[in-house]
Amino acid sequence: MLVYIVKRLLLLPLLLLVFSVIAFILIQAPPGDFVTSYVAELAASGSSMDRLQIDALRELYGLDRPGYVQYFKWLSRILQGDLGISLDFQKPISELIGQRLLLTVILGLSTFLFTFAVALPIGTISATRQYSFFDYFFTVFNYVGVATPTFMTALILMWLAFSKLGITITGLFSPEYADAAWSFGRVVDLGKHVWLPMVILGLDGTARLARILRANLLDELNKPYMEMARAKGMPEWRLIIKYPVRLAINPLVSSLGWYLPLIFSGSLIVATVLNLPTIGPLLLRSLISQDMFLAGSIVLSYFGLAVIGTLLSDVLLAWLDPRIRMEES
Amino acid sequence: MSAETESKTENIEVRQAGQREDADAISVAPNWKLVWWRFRKHRLALVAGVLLFFIILIAGFPGFFSTQDPSQSDTTGSFMPPQGIHIWDDGPAFFAYAANGARNPRTLRMEWQLDESQKVPLRLFGRGYEWKVLGLFTTDIHLIGLVNPDEDKPIHLLGTDRLGRDQWSRLMYGTQVSLSVGLLAVFISTVLGIFLGGISGYFGGLADMVIQRVVELLQSIPPIPIWLALSAALPRTWSVTTSYLAITGILALLTWTTLAREVRGRFLALREEDFVVAAKLAGCRQLRIVFRHMVPTMNSHIIAAVTLAIPVMIINETFLSFLGLGLRPPAISWGVLLQEAQNLQSVALAPWLLLPGVAVIITVLVLNVLGDGLRDAADPYH
Repeated sequence: MLVYIVKRLLLLPLLLLVFSVIAFILIQAPPGDFVTSYVAELAASGSSMDRLQIDALRELYGLDRPGYVQYFKWLSRILQGDLGISLDFQKPISELIGQRLLLTVILGLSTFLFTFAVALPIGTISATRQYSFFDYFFTVFNYVGVATPTFMTALILMWLAFSKLGITITGLFSPEYADAAWSFGRVVDLGKHVWLPMVILGLDGTARLARILRANLLDELNKPYMEMARAKGMPEWRLIIKYPVRLAINPLVSSLGWYLPLIFSGSLIVATVLNLPTIGPLLLRSLISQDMFLAGSIVLSYFGLAVIGTLLSDVLLAWLDPRIRMEES
Repeated sequence: MSAETESKTENIEVRQAGQREDADAISVAPNWKLVWWRFRKHRLALVAGVLLFFIILIAGFPGFFSTQDPSQSDTTGSFMPPQGIHIWDDGPAFFAYAANGARNPRTLRMEWQLDESQKVPLRLFGRGYEWKVLGLFTTDIHLIGLVNPDEDKPIHLLGTDRLGRDQWSRLMYGTQVSLSVGLLAVFISTVLGIFLGGISGYFGGLADMVIQRVVELLQSIPPIPIWLALSAALPRTWSVTTSYLAITGILALLTWTTLAREVRGRFLALREEDFVVAAKLAGCRQLRIVFRHMVPTMNSHIIAAVTLAIPVMIINETFLSFLGLGLRPPAISWGVLLQEAQNLQSVALAPWLLLPGVAVIITVLVLNVLGDGLRDAADPYH
């Protein structure tokens, strides 16, 4: 187990290095360099920079040097914890991203837990009561859940809440806590707001996972060991939960590898519609205003989240399934 | 023996012959026929197939189904709610109620009232604006048209948007773009997936190693931020067609990996099969072995995979355009249409702007059901 985790951990830096190259290429993609647009930005807002300052900035980012030099300068500054400054906000990027990143992780993890908490019972009941009303209801529900883009669910719920209940359901905090420092009250307030984006974001995943579980469970339910256990007088529900469900869950757990990263990046769209203070809307804004260092840092954070998500699910899978542990070590 | 009983025995004989033929038919039927017979039993998928046919019809001839030029704006006709069609008025009829709008002097918004005393008579195959059939010739015939196009104001079945453009007609044209983006992107990623997966599985060795590492890398990249960043980097000066193609390419770039993996897995298994060895011994060139002997064995799987991949692409394009980084106006896609409904204010004031989303849901639903049916039918020997 330990060997397995260490092996995975050793791969991490390599993967992050490749990702940093991709993020850097994205930063460089738009025409013109960072300082030119910075100067233009300043000119547009009425202030200006003298020649020396501009040259100093060019020197700092190595803009007159070849691309790979620029990349290594950028990378070494990131490794020292300096993500650069945002053109648009005129603030250090780490300051802008910090808390939003935390909220993105909180939203992602709670969505993840919600999905499993709901998909497991739905999948199990659909399979054990195959062709019942419940099964049909959830089959339809699952199809619609998969077919509805998350932002549509968000928009429709937002509209219904506004027109029927007269409340606006945007944001992750009440106004009085939006910019406040962390306190117990703020955590409670977050808990009151996080459930809606969580449900919206988890709907699609819940539908998919419940369908996978149902199909796997149906295969298991006709196996001879079920008859055997029944013949021995085991109560039906205990039997189902103890044997076939545990077997059927395995493919589900291996889907964790792609599911958790998917939630993190998928939350971008819901967050934009619901105006959540996560990194998603910030990425969108930075891309539209061509604030490329901010955009690159956020893309890099998404990569980081994806890598951590994959790592988490690998560990979870190894913990749940002894075969993987044995094979790898 | 009477003529009647004679014909009965004849009937039985014919039926028995028919059954014999059925049995024979199964043993000699080509693969696609077996797939079709199995698919036919899946009622829901059949219904989905029929619906898809109509959706494709709309995508092919959006002008015929629309009622107005989709880009024609009218500042005095903004935010008109859906007018709807009525087919019963103390007897079969075909009309819509006229809508009267006036600007609210305080909010400066148009406010609309349906006038039930004023009926706008409609007809099928009426005449309207001119549109091009498949880009070949022009006609002015539409599925639904006004009886008196010169006197009555145009009707808006699904209302109008901020600029007073007819949402129904825009939805029809959006169908063409959204569906074709999905198809084209899936086509590119399928070709890439079969080609690279095929090389990987057939040749193995170094090529396999490299391709598999690339696949793993691409699969661990979160797609949405990358798509956003890449589309944001597209020059704003590009024409509608160029950026349409670029967006399609961007979508296909990260999605070929799943199919490549599947194809590789099957190629690894097939490589050792007798018929492949036989083809090799018969002196077939490698390309011929791959494309003539190996790829056809997984045709049905590929078709099912493609059908299930199209809806994913359609949703992705909708995401991108909805966020303002996909297709750009004047291009019309479902995502572009939904951009109008991006915030609570516009949705609260004009909820019908959400209707293009219903088109997305229906199309994706239809393609998913059809794809599931195809996937179940794809392996007729099981």
